[in-house]
Amino acid sequence: MKDFIYNLKKFRFLFWELVKKDIKLKYRSSILGVFWTLLEPLLTMIVLTLVFSELLGKGEDNFPVYILCGRLLYSFFSNATKVALKSVRKHGTMIGKVYVPKYMYPLSAVVSNYIMFIISLVVLAGVMIFERVKITLYLFQSLIPMTIILIMTMGVGLILATFNVFFRDLEYLWTVFLMIIMYTCAIFYKVDKIKNASNAWIFKCNPLYSLIAMFRDAVFGRSILDEPYNLWFSLCFSCGVLLIGIVVFWRKQDKFILYV
Amino acid sequence: MEDNNLIGNISDINIGQTEQTGEMVKPEEIAAKLPETGDQSQPAVQEGEIKPKKKKKKKKKKKLPPKVIVVENLGVRFRIQEQKVDSLKEYFVRLLKRKLNYKEFWALKGVNLSIRKGDRVGILGLNGAGKSTLLKCIAGVLKPTEGSVTVKGNIVPLLELGAGFDKDYTGAENIFFYGSMLGYSKSFIRERYDEIVEFSELGSFINVPVKNYSSGMKARLGFSIATVVEPEILILDEVLSVGDAKFRKKSSKKLAKMMKKGVTVLFVSHSTDQVLANCNKAIILEHGNIVASGKAEKICAQYEKMLGDN
Repeated sequence: MKDFIYNLKKFRFLFWELVKKDIKLKYRSSILGVFWTLLEPLLTMIVLTLVFSELLGKGEDNFPVYILCGRLLYSFFSNATKVALKSVRKHGTMIGKVYVPKYMYPLSAVVSNYIMFIISLVVLAGVMIFERVKITLYLFQSLIPMTIILIMTMGVGLILATFNVFFRDLEYLWTVFLMIIMYTCAIFYKVDKIKNASNAWIFKCNPLYSLIAMFRDAVFGRSILDEPYNLWFSLCFSCGVLLIGIVVFWRKQDKFILYV
Repeated sequence: MEDNNLIGNISDINIGQTEQTGEMVKPEEIAAKLPETGDQSQPAVQEGEIKPKKKKKKKKKKKLPPKVIVVENLGVRFRIQEQKVDSLKEYFVRLLKRKLNYKEFWALKGVNLSIRKGDRVGILGLNGAGKSTLLKCIAGVLKPTEGSVTVKGNIVPLLELGAGFDKDYTGAENIFFYGSMLGYSKSFIRERYDEIVEFSELGSFINVPVKNYSSGMKARLGFSIATVVEPEILILDEVLSVGDAKFRKKSSKKLAKMMKKGVTVLFVSHSTDQVLANCNKAIILEHGNIVASGKAEKICAQYEKMLGDN
């Protein structure tokens, strides 16, 4: 434990360097640079609105805001886990040469994506004003799902990074799995339309859906405790996943060097 | 390395070869773990009978510099799969068929070694003798299967051709990135930034992405970053042959200066000349065992002889 804190202090600069590197390099050779963080969700939102408002969101005023909420949270989760998944492998050569606390790699990947997610919230604010969504004090509740999603993503990232060292297939499997998650997140359709159908239980099993639902509640000025299940389920799930992630990573990290 | 006239301090390396010396730390334990496979290497072992008695004397002597690296009964076991199982599907298929066989292989076995501050130890050995594995254990990146490694002081490895740079980053950004990887703090790198750039002789290229560098430029930058701090322990793994002649001279000078200040150096090389020029001590590794250790001259001569025999 003492070593842990010592290392954390010693390498805290490395951690931020890794975070910075991710962000800096992501848009380095593009002309618009970091603006893409804002532009990309905006454009997807427009596309999704055009495609689906006729189909599923008819009559809803704030459909773009609705879509954007789900889309932002989901894309943070999917981007961050995808990068974290590859992070240990990517730094494989360094792992064999210099001692660095290895959890830095997946965690910095998650944090850099989280920062980009926070930046992209500007788009949400803009669209909310444009769509004249009433801004209420309930908006502060959004901090709760935003914290929980960070915990969850870190946990999932640690687990994925660990397993990907041993099984490279995970990269491909995870893309497919992310698709399943996306379709059960109700990003571009309203849940009420199928809530009473026999397969509504799917939403109950998807912690990301719970988080998105809470986030939307906060944005649209409702209490997130209207449906307390969302809060408790996602909170417990996230803490559990983080705990598992830490344990798995901790126990396997000494073997990384033999496989990367 | 041209600087032959580095006078080493006269401390002895305290190296034990478990198979021979009776007075090791835990003889019973080691004896139990001796690999049968080591037997082929025994003939060579006979040559290395330097230590047993010397060692006791050393302990009585006072004023020796403190030990900075202590390796006790180090063993590293690798599992080699007959066929590499890299995919989940294959893994499960094999698991079901119970075909997950491993071959065990000890890269290092029963290695005892202690290095005092200011020692410059050359590590000789053929390919696959365990040199890099030993260095990895000392650097702390590889966890030993058995035994222990205690290191006091910060270690800086000098890597080949700037491994660890991000190729999309510019030289300047890489100074911070690579420096942080070596555990330097931000303020420290800022302070020394000019010094690093100056020493690397990159000039305005410092703002060009590293992917456009020549290999010599990368090596220069890597060397400059790694040596800007005064490490207590420096690991050189066959890296001295990089850069052009001018830079090589400059880097040798810098290393010599560091060595004078009492940096402990671990130096891996195939060339006995280099070891002679840079080291005061040397060890020979063979099949994961230390077969000989002592003064550099003596060991180098022995190594030459070994090579001649083969």
